[in-house]
Amino acid sequence: MRYIRPHSMEDAVGQLAGSPGTAAILAGGSDLLVRMKGGFIEPDLIVDIKSIDGLGEIRETADGFSIGAAVSCALMGESAALKREWPGVVEAAKLIGSKQVQGRCTIVGNLCNASPAADSVPALVAAGARALIIGPGGRRTVAVEAVPTGPGKTSLAKGEIIEAILLDRRAPRSGDAYLRFIPRTEMDIAVVSAGVKLTLDEQGVVKSARVALGAVAPTVLLVEEAAEALIGRKLDEAALERLAKVCSGTCRPIDDKRGTVEFRRKVAGVLAGRAATTAYARAGGK
Amino acid sequence: MNFDPRYSGRNFASVGTRPIRPDGVDKVTGRARYGADFNMTGQLVGRVLRSPHAHATIRKIDTSKAEKLNGVKAVITAADLPDLTDGDAALYDILDNCMARKKALYDGHAVAAVAAVDARTARQALKLIEVDYEVLPHVTDVDEAMKHSAPVLDDTIFTEGLEQKPVKSSNVTKRSQYGHGDIHEGFGRADFVVERSFKTEQTHQGYIEPHACVASVSSDGTADLWVCTQGHFVYRQHCAQLLGMEASKLRVTSSEIGGGFGGKTHVWAEPVALALSRKAGRPVKLVMTRDEVFRASGPTSATSIDVRIGARKDGTITAAEATLRYSCGPYAGMWAELGAMTAFACYRLENVRTVGYEVLVNRPKTAAYRAPSAPMAAFAVESAVDELAKEIGMDPVEFRIRNAAQEGTRSSYGPVYGPIGIGPTLEAAKNHPHMKAPLGKNQGRGMACGFWFNFGGQTCTDLNIGMDGSVSLAVGTVDVGGSRASLSLVAAEELGIAYEQVKAVVADTSSLGYNDMTDGSRGTFSSSMATISAARNAIKILRERAAQMWDVPVDDVVWENGHAIAKGEKYGNLAALSLKEIAAGSGKTGGPIAGHSELVADGAGVSFATHICDIEVDPETGATRVLRYTVVQDAGKAVHPTYVEGQYQGGAAQGIGWALNEEYVYGKDGRLQNPGFLDYRIPVCSDLPMIDTQILEIPNPNHPYGVRGVGETSIVPPLAAIANAVSNAAGVRMTHIPMSPPRILAAIEAEREWSK
Repeated sequence: MRYIRPHSMEDAVGQLAGSPGTAAILAGGSDLLVRMKGGFIEPDLIVDIKSIDGLGEIRETADGFSIGAAVSCALMGESAALKREWPGVVEAAKLIGSKQVQGRCTIVGNLCNASPAADSVPALVAAGARALIIGPGGRRTVAVEAVPTGPGKTSLAKGEIIEAILLDRRAPRSGDAYLRFIPRTEMDIAVVSAGVKLTLDEQGVVKSARVALGAVAPTVLLVEEAAEALIGRKLDEAALERLAKVCSGTCRPIDDKRGTVEFRRKVAGVLAGRAATTAYARAGGK
Repeated sequence: MNFDPRYSGRNFASVGTRPIRPDGVDKVTGRARYGADFNMTGQLVGRVLRSPHAHATIRKIDTSKAEKLNGVKAVITAADLPDLTDGDAALYDILDNCMARKKALYDGHAVAAVAAVDARTARQALKLIEVDYEVLPHVTDVDEAMKHSAPVLDDTIFTEGLEQKPVKSSNVTKRSQYGHGDIHEGFGRADFVVERSFKTEQTHQGYIEPHACVASVSSDGTADLWVCTQGHFVYRQHCAQLLGMEASKLRVTSSEIGGGFGGKTHVWAEPVALALSRKAGRPVKLVMTRDEVFRASGPTSATSIDVRIGARKDGTITAAEATLRYSCGPYAGMWAELGAMTAFACYRLENVRTVGYEVLVNRPKTAAYRAPSAPMAAFAVESAVDELAKEIGMDPVEFRIRNAAQEGTRSSYGPVYGPIGIGPTLEAAKNHPHMKAPLGKNQGRGMACGFWFNFGGQTCTDLNIGMDGSVSLAVGTVDVGGSRASLSLVAAEELGIAYEQVKAVVADTSSLGYNDMTDGSRGTFSSSMATISAARNAIKILRERAAQMWDVPVDDVVWENGHAIAKGEKYGNLAALSLKEIAAGSGKTGGPIAGHSELVADGAGVSFATHICDIEVDPETGATRVLRYTVVQDAGKAVHPTYVEGQYQGGAAQGIGWALNEEYVYGKDGRLQNPGFLDYRIPVCSDLPMIDTQILEIPNPNHPYGVRGVGETSIVPPLAAIANAVSNAAGVRMTHIPMSPPRILAAIEAEREWSK
């Protein structure tokens, strides 16, 4: 096993692209090290990206935010601007693992681990976040929901690294929220989760909406129909009921050690409704 | 030695105070040494290969490739642990559980082990061991295992305890029955009858410290074992027998213990580590991973219980019966029997009958877990009792008070009770402010009672007085809950000196006589009795030495407040001699001063508790929140009240986890799906409210200070108390533990459908 700590993105990409065996990227290590300790993987090459310039920073740009791949979730929680603009995303990031884990883990790692239950991913999808990818062929940008393709699988090609997550500046009268269901109060993994972003018009009518569900399908679900259930109306009881019904109907959960199909269907609707209510209030809706 | 264990009322100076524990600083600074903290020069890393199958015949094990791997120093299989059990079936089961002999009987069953120079080599070596399995049909559910169609784990098992020996072998190893009176007559007189069936899933003790040991076998046949255990003398005995050693040639030293709760009363890895060390000729350290702890150690029984209770309109129970089926893992046990004994122990019943069935399943060997078997029985009985009170229209506390056992009651398991605490705990609960606190929307209150026998047993203690007057106390019961502090208080009390003058240690097996393990809530009960006895023996010597120093008859010397006093007018001018002064002169008066004690601590007083809790249920998700929790329990006499409260809180916390979320989840393939703390959900700090406690002291007549064991009873009521609270909050009776959100939501939805 070889461990390297490159100082530039280009070097990291070159090393990854040129490695003959299995390679893994190390940022916070909160997934990678656990898997290695458990004996599930033994990569030939580990590329630690934490020393690459700028990767540990949250940058505010004219368009919004660029959250580097080595930014810990705890650091996101310390960014007043990010919290003000995207409270749902920050809340999701701050739900991962424990306090100690949050000091290490990153949202890019959370995304690339490609667990259907990843906490930050539905929140990012709802927020319309994009992933900035660098690879042997240069840079490209994709929607976050295009990254995971199945449990533990991503659309990244050999040698590609996600450099940052990009978030737009929040549009006026917009708000986001994320909720997950766990049987405990913390240090757990989502059984069902929902991220919602709403933009309202001046009368408080929903103008645009994004609803994302986690842990109810092999990948995060962006539920267009759920958005349609909300658009063009205020968030009244009828709208919430429709939202819940659509979410319960759209998800494709499984029975496993964490929950049953029936439970996940029902709770997906409940959480979507509750997240939408919070997002609506954050957008200034009454 | 004439030791009188009877209770004598007295005023205490040290007992009942709350000094800090002697092991506290080391534990919070990390200096304390737990099982995995011990290391030896040249030690090897031991690893165990485990069966991936729930049930399989082991056709052949080929270890040749592993043996050839560079860095591997020993590979063992069952062949290296020959059967020396000489017809002792229980010991044979322990042996077979340590290393499968003919069949792998559960996912995680050990089949081979290696010792290598490092962990990586050991892991690689495991991969090179080739095991040829013939996979057999398996059964993991207790009810399924009782069916005629179920695969039989052991075809030499014919149910014991039946009137006629069955013609067919089965998975039911034993039927047991308890009770008295005529239940048919009793039910005939009942105005109301409640009949319900309950299930509880298998849980693990969940100790944070995994099993760990270092074994070092010398070429002369002697050996040392450093290990995390609840009973190093018992480990010595089992290991010595399984390895064909004389017990005195094996010295076992117990480490600090990061939780045991009954799970560290049983050997798993220790005989394997010793066998590896014997073969390799080097020390071997063996530390289980969390995955191994869940798959191969611990768990409690999964159960299926039917209860029927009848009562008259006035609230008098006329008859009660229960049928209890407990899983034992793949080896015979007496788990259902303990459930059958404890089920109705809280009540005064004319007619009662309980029947227990011990059931073999393809799961790990069931081990004791804090008041083993009692919480599940109490869950079933106390749920039915609550429902019956509701049907009659009586307050659940009043209903229980009306039927509570008293001094002189013949218990449902046989003995007649002495002075007991069930009535007083119920009265205290009834008068507790918690009972009157208002409840909000979706909130429910529940209460329940619990019983545990408590045990005594063989105990040996040494008390040595140093020349500076300080006292070292060597005990043989492992300290799992603050007993070193409690026993120091007892020694200080008896000698009449300050707590700070006493230092208690847990001695190794070569330094002290045999002690039973710390189980059955016996640690402080029995070792305090032995400490009192040892102190009194030391006092006898102190008096003799003082008499010698004064040149007066020893009968004229008494011991009061840490001093020898010459009694009588004629000695009026003699100043009292302190323990310190007598100790300082001991070199000239006959040498060191010590008190020794060996005894069987009989008369452990039975223990009762009543718990109250408030739960909020989210009717849309089935999520629960424990809002408030109160434990009322009889301690006999709380030697160190803080650690008694700790035991009350700890039992309640574990019970809350068991009631709400903890369970072994098996796949269709018979493999454990959740062998880790992520998906085996013990409560985290934020899941629990501050657990309120109330200590009652109804003296145990069979202990000089009135002490009763306190460690286990606190886990008995929570399953039922929480089930009653959840049922009241959700408006639907919960009959399946754990009451995880999916189960609660399904019950609420079913109730909604039904009432449509």
